[in-house]
Amino acid sequence: MGSLQLTSIRKAFGDHEVLKGIDLDVKDGEFVIFVGPSGCGKSTLLRVIAGLEDATSGSIRIDGQEVATVPPAKRGIAMVFQSYALYPHLTVKDNMGLGLKQAGTPKAEIEERVTKASSMLSLDPYLARRPAELSGGQRQRVAIGRAIVREPSLFLFDEPLSNLDAALRVQTRLEIARLHRRLKATMIYVTHDQVEAMTLADKIVVLNAGAIEQVGSPMELYNRPANIFVAGFIGSPQMNFIPAEKLEESGCKTIGIRPEHIALSRDAGDWKGKVVHAEHLGADTILYLETEQAGLVTVRLFGEHRYGADDIVFATPDKALMHRFDANDRAIA
Amino acid sequence: MATARTSYLRAGLIHVALVSYTLIALFPVFLTLINSFKSRNAIFREPMAIPTPSTFSLVGYETVLKQGDFIGYFQNSLIVTVVSIAFVLLFGAMAAFALSEYRFRGNLLMGLYLALGIMIPIRLGTVAILQGMVAAGLVNTLTALVLVYTAQGLPLAIFILSEFMRTVSDDLKNAGRIDGLSEYAIFFRLVLPLVRPAMATVAVFTMIPIWNDLWFPLILAPGEETKTVTLGAQMFIGQFVTNWNAVLSALSLAILPVLVLYVIFSRQLIRGITSGAVK
Repeated sequence: MGSLQLTSIRKAFGDHEVLKGIDLDVKDGEFVIFVGPSGCGKSTLLRVIAGLEDATSGSIRIDGQEVATVPPAKRGIAMVFQSYALYPHLTVKDNMGLGLKQAGTPKAEIEERVTKASSMLSLDPYLARRPAELSGGQRQRVAIGRAIVREPSLFLFDEPLSNLDAALRVQTRLEIARLHRRLKATMIYVTHDQVEAMTLADKIVVLNAGAIEQVGSPMELYNRPANIFVAGFIGSPQMNFIPAEKLEESGCKTIGIRPEHIALSRDAGDWKGKVVHAEHLGADTILYLETEQAGLVTVRLFGEHRYGADDIVFATPDKALMHRFDANDRAIA
Repeated sequence: MATARTSYLRAGLIHVALVSYTLIALFPVFLTLINSFKSRNAIFREPMAIPTPSTFSLVGYETVLKQGDFIGYFQNSLIVTVVSIAFVLLFGAMAAFALSEYRFRGNLLMGLYLALGIMIPIRLGTVAILQGMVAAGLVNTLTALVLVYTAQGLPLAIFILSEFMRTVSDDLKNAGRIDGLSEYAIFFRLVLPLVRPAMATVAVFTMIPIWNDLWFPLILAPGEETKTVTLGAQMFIGQFVTNWNAVLSALSLAILPVLVLYVIFSRQLIRGITSGAVK
């Protein structure tokens, strides 16, 4: 159990409208990720779903039930925060059990659920410790454990990996993915990191300036972005955008081509250019070219290549994988 | 020890400054203490001298304990101080929580209004307060003093505590809301423990002026039953003759309880448990 329907959710702080009518349907068991630049309203939307903020207008249904007037604790949700938000004066065990205790769950059942969650997250050795005695990764696992124990119909994650270092982030990401497969629960996850979004989501919701730009599976967004914003936001390095008139293309305003869809040669090709900078990452080589026809272009080559600054090269975009955008920045199918 | 960031000279100068400040601050207390143990003649002959076997005398303490009901005065002072601090902390923290946590119309104005008392001395309103207390039949009661001191302590308490409460993570409070804690439980169980050092600071700042106050006890509660220590000590100061032994002894005794309270609160000042709550 755990479906969610949002219907024209609006949220304004004074005159400032943060959410401009959000419609969204989340099916049971889906992993949905809200992604967007800072200030796009994704965290606010999550807090509206959680009941920590009231929507100015619109309806929220969890499992078909209108929850606009239901307090957070009764919505059947659990939330994991960026800053962990553990209770500093309680042990790990009490941190995880507090929600159930407040709800009047019998002691034996609390014990059982905490034990189950702690073994799932390998937190058993730390149950008697306080948050101050744990490392960042352990704290975040406790925060996730606190959510699991509640057995909610909806898991809400608010940038849960942002405070962790790179190695731990990958590891915890994996753990969350496994957790989702195991619990088969509905999860809503907010992040500004498109890699997290691409790797975890069943469905990505791209938000910008309080409105949904596009909803789709990671590969849909990558292959068929609905507009320039989504095209630029999904994929790293960013898609190259070239004014159509420079390339003498007609019927569109902007041409988009991903860095990995450009072939490179020393001898011949469509665009002649000079290497401005080269980044050698081992698995990838990323080149920045100043081309005569298309201006500054990013090219991503797989594997190691011996290009260096000031080399003269020829770039050839894969015509079949080009994206075309009209005057309103919308993709032309 | 000379290390990369300290030198003998700098450390020495800092210590000279700190030690001289300590001496200046403690000197009057020291003078009060030593003279309270001397005979009357010795106090006037050599005020700076430490009591010797020939000048040592407990006559001041004897007078204090015999004349008047000093145990009663102490009790009055303690009741007034402790109850006032309790009210200031409770109501101050509640108001500060509301101001820092909830968005409502007039939040900023309300905050300014509540902080205004820091700048306007409550003594300006003495006449009105006295009239009010007379009308309410509270003259010569400890309740009158508690009410006045609570009002006097609140502005600073609200000002300091609301600043501290803004630093308590929103995520923590929201986690509590999702776990089903009521707003009261969030306030008492999550926020208050985290601002305990600030509460201790406020308690110390509130306590000392109340304990030392002479003005309001003299005006609102001068009766024998409700005299505080500072007021009680005044009976040894006469227009023509002052019993210095008794005054100094009474003042020395009055230092003790306030010292005990300070020690209790300063332990709290040091013990911060915020670490590990967030990030």
